[in-house]
Amino acid sequence: MNSAAIVSENIIGKEFVTDIVSKALRAGASDAEAVFAEGDEFETLVRLGQVEQLKEAGSRGLGLRVFQGQRTASTSTSDLSAEGIDQLLSGAMALVSVTSEDPFAGLPERGEFGMLSGDLDLYYEDVYSLPAVERIEYARRTEAAAMAADARIQNSGGGSFDAATSRKILANSRGFVGEVRRSSCSISAQPIAQSPDGGMQRDYWYSSQRSLALLDSPEAVGLEAARRTVRKLGARKVPTQRVPLVFAPEVATSILGAILGAINGNAVYRSSSFLAGKLGETVAGNNLTIIDDGTMPGGFGSAPFDGEGLPTRRKVVLDCGVLTSYLLNTYTARKLGLKSTGNAARGLAGAPGISSGNFYLEPGTKAPEDILAEIPNGLYVTDLIGHGVNIVTGDYSHGASGLWIENGELTYPVEEITVAGNLKEMLHNISSIGSDLIFRSAVACPTICIEGMTIAGE
Amino acid sequence: MQPASPDTRKFFYEHLGLNEQLLEQCLGAALSAGGDYADLYFEYITASSLMVDESLVKSASQGISAGCGLRVVSGERTGYAYTDDLSPERLLRAAHTAALIASGPSKQQVQGFRESPSAGLYAVAGAGTDAETAAKLALIQRADRAARTYDARIVQVQASFADELRRILVAGSDGSFATDTQPLARLNVSVIAKEGDNIARGSSGGGGRVLLDFFLTDKTPEYFAVEAARQAVLQLGAVPAPAGEMPVVLGPGWPGVLLHEAVGHGLEADFNRKKTSAFAGLIGQMVASPKVTVVDNGTMPNRRGSLNVDDEGSPTQETVLIENGVLKGYMSDKLSARLMGIADTGNGRRESYQHIPMPRMTNTYMLAGEDDPQDIIRSVQRGLYAVNFGGGQVDITNGKFVFSASEAYLIEDGKITAPVKNATLIGNGPESLKYVSMVGNDLKLDEGVGTCGKAGQSVPVGVGMPTIKLDKMTVGGTGN
Repeated sequence: MNSAAIVSENIIGKEFVTDIVSKALRAGASDAEAVFAEGDEFETLVRLGQVEQLKEAGSRGLGLRVFQGQRTASTSTSDLSAEGIDQLLSGAMALVSVTSEDPFAGLPERGEFGMLSGDLDLYYEDVYSLPAVERIEYARRTEAAAMAADARIQNSGGGSFDAATSRKILANSRGFVGEVRRSSCSISAQPIAQSPDGGMQRDYWYSSQRSLALLDSPEAVGLEAARRTVRKLGARKVPTQRVPLVFAPEVATSILGAILGAINGNAVYRSSSFLAGKLGETVAGNNLTIIDDGTMPGGFGSAPFDGEGLPTRRKVVLDCGVLTSYLLNTYTARKLGLKSTGNAARGLAGAPGISSGNFYLEPGTKAPEDILAEIPNGLYVTDLIGHGVNIVTGDYSHGASGLWIENGELTYPVEEITVAGNLKEMLHNISSIGSDLIFRSAVACPTICIEGMTIAGE
Repeated sequence: MQPASPDTRKFFYEHLGLNEQLLEQCLGAALSAGGDYADLYFEYITASSLMVDESLVKSASQGISAGCGLRVVSGERTGYAYTDDLSPERLLRAAHTAALIASGPSKQQVQGFRESPSAGLYAVAGAGTDAETAAKLALIQRADRAARTYDARIVQVQASFADELRRILVAGSDGSFATDTQPLARLNVSVIAKEGDNIARGSSGGGGRVLLDFFLTDKTPEYFAVEAARQAVLQLGAVPAPAGEMPVVLGPGWPGVLLHEAVGHGLEADFNRKKTSAFAGLIGQMVASPKVTVVDNGTMPNRRGSLNVDDEGSPTQETVLIENGVLKGYMSDKLSARLMGIADTGNGRRESYQHIPMPRMTNTYMLAGEDDPQDIIRSVQRGLYAVNFGGGQVDITNGKFVFSASEAYLIEDGKITAPVKNATLIGNGPESLKYVSMVGNDLKLDEGVGTCGKAGQSVPVGVGMPTIKLDKMTVGGTGN
């Protein structure tokens, strides 16, 4: 491990990664692709005003994918010494001989590679600019604001400040080499409120950004966490019934996540999606337009190139209810007789997967309050738990909690119920779309109202 | 019990350049600013996976991950640093970083280690060879064939084999020292059935801390393939699940995920120490029907959730959580044990060297009762019989938990009738097990597929249960 110690004191550059690609070709690969990733993280958790956890660390790793004709295999390692890299290469070459010829396997074609020019605003040095004492102070202030907001909040899961940076280099034997750096930081609070009868509720709020300067204030985050928590106190079950459901943006996002799963090329080419084979067809109400855009400056889902070295792009996935694009990498595109949409995802290990860019439902014109105001009797859903989506059939069933809507107003809190339907119908039954589109992560959705779903309760 | 594996210690010392003096030096650096306790956790994992998809060997991969996590505990505070560079300079730098949590005079140097014996719960194979790769491939190719021949309506089959060998070395400033080599293997089959426009999925899999021969003798590829195919074909004819409160009968084995969500997480010591669990302060009280006894047991040979020592180097054990309905105890790691004045139950686990250990389950199950499973079904006029589940989730503070039935049937007039579509079941942890009115004599552990997530960390676990009847639970379907 002595050589590893020497290597790790140096900054790894593009040459290091292209060199591994060359070594793979010399070892007998007909094509090769290597990826290097490194990251640093700092986490601090303050609970009840005291520091509870501090974590600080860094790690790095290498991934290699080799081809021999139309056979492919991959290896990864955290050992960057000469010995570790030898193992990475020899392991990949030994494995590639056991895989099958697959006519659709292979790197993208030479003309397809590229990257967005200019800075996408993905990296800000300021996430690490604070000394440890001030990072702790951010976490402490966030929790303190939540706990000061209401006398019923006397306990807490804590307040946090986290920061991370990462760097990735991708290179392949068809001439592509690219590097991307990213930063992120976040603050959060998780207050716990108790009602006089002893019942406890917790909730959570956070702000996450690529730059420290863009974070919401600790006080604003703490107050919102407190508001979300105390409004759950005294929650009760409601009878089984069918009423309009208004999904708050945080939970509406999960419905978009289900659509994302259903248009993933891997699910589509295997027919294991309710949206497989539906390209060009009307699959949703004409009020729905969904965009995937990997090019938005500063976006959580933005990147100059995808996991195979293709430029990211903006595409309309759902155009007024008509399915206009799947999300594809090179392999799934070839399987479907289509072109890659620049959505390849590449970790260190294994073959490329598929991930979205910034994926969102185009906002409507109504303020969220105006959507609620139109509902005589219904449920405002604020939390979903469980894994109740079947992408193959579209069946949807989740544990839920929220607030009951009566005559357009939010009334008492509701819990221990489920909400269920089928995505095929739900996409046609979205009766209102809010104007409140905010990107809190790579997937974003405004407030939406869905008709015809079933609440199961008492 | 048998002596701890000298081979694992030798591996870390010879292959990764560690020695006792370096470990003592790092622990000394970790406690250089005071603190109550420090430990070093070294990990070296080799993992491989193979997949047959559309009857082609589409992917083969392997990976190596190694690193060390260094922890300093001072009161309720934890300082943590990790590095994947195991050179002495980097280890010492990480130790000084973790030490920043404490502020006081340096603690006395660590002198000498006591090595824990090993329970020998699993056998360990040698390094993977080409012949072994060929044998694994043969297994998943058999699974692919078996699923396809089960029924002409099976149109897609993916069969995969994934295994890893995890070597750990834990050294604590209290002189504790443990090593272990932990195998983990899993064979998985997932299929799509198609009939006209009607499409359904099915999946099955299993394994544990087992060697390759387990899949040749105990649970064959055909066993898992037929199970996946059967489920998919069955789902082609499923009717909408009912909605509302009704009696629910859970089959034996994997439905034990109910226990994991309803009571397991709520009985992890950290949540109770912080009084953030719906079970906080309920020790000695009735939290379930008197027919219910639940244990967590990390000492079952070859089980997915079993460990000779946990990730803090403590031996695992069998811990009674609920006895005849009464809450007996919590699952603890070193930190919560010390702060709460309770025993360390050997439940300190972590996803990897990059993670701080915390109390986690191992194999969690309900002991068998006396009822005949057939009688349990017959006792229900109208309800749900659920035998297979996807994932579950719990809010430990308000106790609400869900789990998603992937194979379930209606019970009508005491008979199992139509299969129903996927539905989520929801309940309240400290309440739901009070409605357990019958417990079968057919305790079964799951096949070895469980992975539990907590605070962003995933660890392999097991669950188990006999057939049970809950007099009421809310079923989240869309039907009447």
